[in-house]
Amino acid sequence: MNDLKKLILQKKFNEKIFILTSLLFLSFALLTLILLLTDIFIDGLPVLSLKFLFSYPSRKPEEAGILSPLVGSLYVMAVMIIFIVPVGIGAAIYLEEFAPKNFLTNLIEINIANLAGVPSIIYGLLGLEIFVRFFKLGRSILAGSLTLSLLVLPIVIMATRESIRLVPSSIREASLALGATKWQTIKNQVLPLAMPGILTGIILAISRAIGETAPLITIGALTYIAFLPTTPLSPFTVLPIQIFNWVSRPQKAFHHNAAGAIIVLLFLTFMLNLTSIILRNYYRKKYRL
Amino acid sequence: MNFKRKKFEEELVKKVFFLFAFLSVITTFGIIFILIFETISFFKEVSIIRFFTEKEWTPLFVIKKFGIWPLLSGTFLTSFIALLIAFPMGIFISIFISEYLPPKLKGIIKSLLEILAGIPTVVYGYFALLYVTPILKKIIPQISGFNSLSPGIVLGIMIIPTIASMSEDAFSLVPMSLREASYALGASKLETSLKVILPAASSGVISSVILGFSRAIGETMIVTIAAGQRPILTLNPFVPIETITAYIVQVSLGDTPAGSLEYKTIFAVGMVLFVITLIFNILSHNLRMKFIKSFRI
Repeated sequence: MNDLKKLILQKKFNEKIFILTSLLFLSFALLTLILLLTDIFIDGLPVLSLKFLFSYPSRKPEEAGILSPLVGSLYVMAVMIIFIVPVGIGAAIYLEEFAPKNFLTNLIEINIANLAGVPSIIYGLLGLEIFVRFFKLGRSILAGSLTLSLLVLPIVIMATRESIRLVPSSIREASLALGATKWQTIKNQVLPLAMPGILTGIILAISRAIGETAPLITIGALTYIAFLPTTPLSPFTVLPIQIFNWVSRPQKAFHHNAAGAIIVLLFLTFMLNLTSIILRNYYRKKYRL
Repeated sequence: MNFKRKKFEEELVKKVFFLFAFLSVITTFGIIFILIFETISFFKEVSIIRFFTEKEWTPLFVIKKFGIWPLLSGTFLTSFIALLIAFPMGIFISIFISEYLPPKLKGIIKSLLEILAGIPTVVYGYFALLYVTPILKKIIPQISGFNSLSPGIVLGIMIIPTIASMSEDAFSLVPMSLREASYALGASKLETSLKVILPAASSGVISSVILGFSRAIGETMIVTIAAGQRPILTLNPFVPIETITAYIVQVSLGDTPAGSLEYKTIFAVGMVLFVITLIFNILSHNLRMKFIKSFRI
């Protein structure tokens, strides 16, 4: 009897130890997040001002701002969206609605899954050789946008496919029964219903791309630019590269500038993620998907 | 109505969308082609034997040595430190989320972890260099300003969400009947989790760990900022090292003319990086498929 009690006590004790350890690990991960944010806010908030947002980078830390990298980031994202929206959605529609079950389809599927795991810097090497050198786009916004497009396309394709799959087949059948062609059905019935999921995918792709540094450094985006890009073929820099540049300097004042720029970057990514979460919840309620 | 036009439109859409989908195949082959092309041209100038036998990596110096091992050791050293952190934590957290948390909290904790995964890596780099390293310096005075321990730890934190959320997915695939059978035999929750569910989901869990490891190997900014740029063949986590990815960034920042030997080196080491991550990704994918199949009746 005593042995049994001991055994139960022992088991209960183990249970508690496990829960405590897990909580400890979990709070370590989440605490890191909090520490990271507070550290950055303490260092970065004092430098944040309108002047910081609207000045060019400079050799003097107190005069430096993030105008050109911020505009560069937004420019690169805008051009990238022009590519990833039609290509990503089109590819997903093909795979879900048109693709026959054959070797080629299989090959495409394997490739998309595999591309999602390729390190981003390898995309930089691809962009450097293909866009910068072969197509002679130079170290331009267009080359950067194309490189990032290839990097995030798997995200858009996978999200779009998933939300197309969620559209009930009864809707497709009803549309086809009324004499609509397959493309009309997709365009007028399937896509509008799948739109929230597709938008979420596109936003996630942008929030991933806006933080990417390595591929853009590899294709040769500059680290110091004191003018605004005018055409898609202008040289450019982006926020993450400016942050990297400031972090790599020995002076403390530049580190604070880096923290300020990080706050702006995090603000952009959080806003993007927030939008996608709100969109998801709103449409989930509306359609009870 | 214009039936012919509709038919034509449909065919056109289908063809264009096929091309969009086929772009993924072109991308993969593009990557493989340019890596092989530049690597071959690199090995025409530097013998492959030197690449794999020399113990120094100094292509940017006057006396050039082309041994890949210092870069490989740097890459694996930081990634192993990351794994040491992320493996136990990821597994504990995933079991805890999957088996112990009520469904409502589950969602909240998972989205909090997602935030961790969504932070740009350059921010982690800042954190490693300017926050973690100074703390480590107080604990270990002999540690140098650039080292592999600090970025290794931060890399580990970065891949915890990958391992935790993919392992959690694996646990959720384990049939309820297995849990019930275990409870019916008098096992406690912990015993059920560790001796029934963990083994049942083991290939899924290992698949997530391998993927996390592969992410750490391919990560660039954290190690570039905080690990230094000194390719030394060492397993000492306290001294500056250089990873493959950091080397590519270092060369890209300088004005290296296309076609020069330095230019080719980044493709040669990029090839090594690509092959390593590809092997781990395929391994992870196969294990996951095997796992999913094992529960499909």
